[in-house]
Amino acid sequence: MRSCRDISSLVSQGLDKKLSLRERFAVRLHVMMCTRCRNFQTQSQFIRKAARHYTDDLQSRLGKKS
Amino acid sequence: MANTLFTEQTLAEQRPILFRYALLQLRDSELADDAVQETLLAALQSSSGFEGKAGLRTWLIGILKHKIADHWRRSAREAVAPVFGGTDEDDGEAEEDDYFMSNGHWIGGPKAWADPEAALKQQEFWTIYEICQTNLPPKMAKVFMLRELVGLEAVEVCRETELSEANYWVTMHRARLRLRECLEIHWFNNTKQEKHHA
Repeated sequence: MRSCRDISSLVSQGLDKKLSLRERFAVRLHVMMCTRCRNFQTQSQFIRKAARHYTDDLQSRLGKKS
Repeated sequence: MANTLFTEQTLAEQRPILFRYALLQLRDSELADDAVQETLLAALQSSSGFEGKAGLRTWLIGILKHKIADHWRRSAREAVAPVFGGTDEDDGEAEEDDYFMSNGHWIGGPKAWADPEAALKQQEFWTIYEICQTNLPPKMAKVFMLRELVGLEAVEVCRETELSEANYWVTMHRARLRLRECLEIHWFNNTKQEKHHA
C-alpha cells in the first residue's frame, strides 16, 4: 500500500511525464478513497492552469507600451 | 550545403518558448522580442554550431542566454535582479517532512478549495499568487518557472538547471506542495491556522 507521500509524488510526476499503467492505477485507486490526495491532485492541476494564466497576463502587461 | 538539422520553420516553432524565457528575465516584451530575434538570426548564421545532440531548443536557449547577458552588460540596469539568478543549495531546508509524517500520511494536508475558477478572475488573487511563487526558494522557483511558465519539458529543465531526474521530481513535488499551501493559507482559507515555516 502506497502512502500519501508517494501518491502525491506520483500525482506531481504525472503532470510532467506519462506514468506507467501500474502507477496510474495506484493513483486512481488511492485518490478514490483519500480526499486529501484528491485535493492535491485537483489543486496541482489548478496551479498549472494558474501559471499559464499568469504567463499570458505577464505577456500582455509587459507588452503595453507606456 | 545548408544543413538539414533544422529549418526556418522549426526555428519559428521555438519562438513562443524562447520569448517567454526572455520575457521572464528581461521583463520587457520589446527587449525580449529583440533578444529572440537576434537568437534566431544567430542560429541561422551558425547552424554548424548545432550538433543535434542536446536538442534544438536547448541549443537555442544557450544562445538566448548569451543575448540576455549581453543586454545586462550593455545596460546599466544591473539593479534589476535576473529572475533565474538563484543558485541556492536549498536542500536541507524545506524537507517534505514539513508536509508528511514519517509514515507518509499528510500533516494537515490539502483542504477542499471553494471555487478556484472564480479566483482566476480576481486581481487580488494574482497578487497572492505572485507572492507565493516568488517565495519559493530560488532554485525551486527557477525549476517551477521553466516548467510551468516557460513551458520546457522536464528533461530540458533538468539540463538547464543541472538537476538529476530524481531531484527534478522531488523539486517539483515540493514546489507544488508549497505553492498549494501558500495559496490555501493566503487565499482559499483566509481564516488561518499556525504555520511552522515562513
